[in-house]
Amino acid sequence: MDKKQLNIKGKVFKFADSVDTDQIIPARFLDTSDPEQLASHCMSGVDEDFSSKVKPGDIIVAGKNFGCGSSREHAPLSIKGCGIAAVVAESFARIFFRNAINIGLPIIECTDFKANTGEEISIDLEKGHIENLTTGDAATFSKFPEFLSKIIASGGLMEKAKKGVAGE
Amino acid sequence: MSLGRKIYLKNDKDKKKLKPGEFIELDVDLILSNDITTPLAIDAFNQSKISKMKNPEKAVIVADHFTPNKDIDSAEQVKKVRDFARKWNLKFFDAGCGIEHTLLPEQGLVVPGDIIIGADSHTVTYGALGAVSSGVGSTDVAYGWATGKAWFKVPEAIKVVLKGSLQPHVSGKDIVLYLISLLGVDGALYKGLEFCGETLSELSMASRFTIANMVIECGAKYGIMEPDEKTINYVEKRAQRPYSPLPDNYSIKEDKDFDEVMEIDCSIIEPQVAFPSSPANSVPVSSIKKIKVDQVVLGSCTNGRWEDFIKAAEILKGKKAKEGLRFIVIPSTAALYKKMVDEGLLSVFIDAGAIISPPTCGPCLGGHMGILASGEKALSTTNRNFVGRMGHKDSKVYLANPEVAAATAINGYISAP
Repeated sequence: MDKKQLNIKGKVFKFADSVDTDQIIPARFLDTSDPEQLASHCMSGVDEDFSSKVKPGDIIVAGKNFGCGSSREHAPLSIKGCGIAAVVAESFARIFFRNAINIGLPIIECTDFKANTGEEISIDLEKGHIENLTTGDAATFSKFPEFLSKIIASGGLMEKAKKGVAGE
Repeated sequence: MSLGRKIYLKNDKDKKKLKPGEFIELDVDLILSNDITTPLAIDAFNQSKISKMKNPEKAVIVADHFTPNKDIDSAEQVKKVRDFARKWNLKFFDAGCGIEHTLLPEQGLVVPGDIIIGADSHTVTYGALGAVSSGVGSTDVAYGWATGKAWFKVPEAIKVVLKGSLQPHVSGKDIVLYLISLLGVDGALYKGLEFCGETLSELSMASRFTIANMVIECGAKYGIMEPDEKTINYVEKRAQRPYSPLPDNYSIKEDKDFDEVMEIDCSIIEPQVAFPSSPANSVPVSSIKKIKVDQVVLGSCTNGRWEDFIKAAEILKGKKAKEGLRFIVIPSTAALYKKMVDEGLLSVFIDAGAIISPPTCGPCLGGHMGILASGEKALSTTNRNFVGRMGHKDSKVYLANPEVAAATAINGYISAP
């Protein structure tokens, strides 16, 4: 991971609790696995104009249980496809969590951080520090355990598989 | 130790203690994916340029979501999946064979003690057979094809003791909707649910599958049930793989093995209806004032089994669905469809004016074969009632059991059976 990815700064799009994967990418758009096409429908179950408003480097901040519902990996892919730099939530549904790890979408679990749409925030992944540059609000978060950091550091789960298969 | 951890331990070569919160990599026994999630797995597998699969015999692919194909894009997707399955000699069930989570148990592909991953959140269904079975993503499936393994965070477990006799017209759907209403949509997040108790022993396999199917709706990683004689009766005539019948250590025992214990008095549960837009919003059907619906869906991986159709048919026999209401009945596998024809059950639904759909997930996820327009309402035996789940984002879905669905189809408004 290069230095640039360890420090993320961007504009917030705020979402509520329990944003499910049907809202992130409604099922009718699942007839493709192209990240660009998926990105063009990202969040369309909540906000039909999201994909036209979002810019690469922006950050999603959400409440509890983000990404609940279906296992569709299209959900984190569509978010990644928009160029979203990270998703910060109070908690993640477990399948969304592992999908994000597996495909290398940065996610941060943080229970006591507040930010609203349009505000600018910065995240230091190495220090586990998150700050709202607009309001001054700041919080800390736990870094991933070593097992998960290794998946992320090797560039995703399939890179780990390649090493494993080659090592046999 | 919780039953889930015991089963994880069975496949853990290092025989560690497996403390909750610990990360492990384990051999899995079955790797499931469908026509929506397999294309992404194929992309991940092909992009990795890995040239062999560790255990191709573990893979099962079911084309059930957008099949029979609804449009050219979905046809292209299934073609990609079909060609890939053929190239790698993977078990592939094509359009019409059935809905994955009713099909796999019916085909004897799941046995007690299995560790199963599936790129479909309702993979938790197989907990009813005593398997630790969890939904994962497409990249997990590709990794499973390549290595035969998956990574897990060892979960905490909640013991759920089911007690008390059931009221009339109450089945697995009502118990699980009630449980989700107690826990909330994330009440079991990252945790396993382990079911036991006198009421569980009384429940049919169909009801057990329904309960296990919906544990994901309160965030659970798996929902396992202690295998008993009913489980073994179900499995032994179907099993395609060897398994241990009722090993002593497959029981759910001491409270101290669990991080939390819940007791549910099932005798107080009435038939439930979950209001939009959360499976946790359920109330007793008797408390609802007239809610007119435009569509009733009977079927799905949640309530699409023989017993579900029998119960609905008992209420519908000789009656008609309300004029102007669309009543969609979906036999969930080809074998079940044939049995419904052979035993005259399908006539009950056809005479009632139902539309008989081929086996498909179709309307449940707003895919096809019964999409709602803006402002429309459906009562459905499926598992989710999220915003826009069955169609337009201004349509609404109410969840209930097959008997409530039958009574609602007759009256045209949500009704007690």
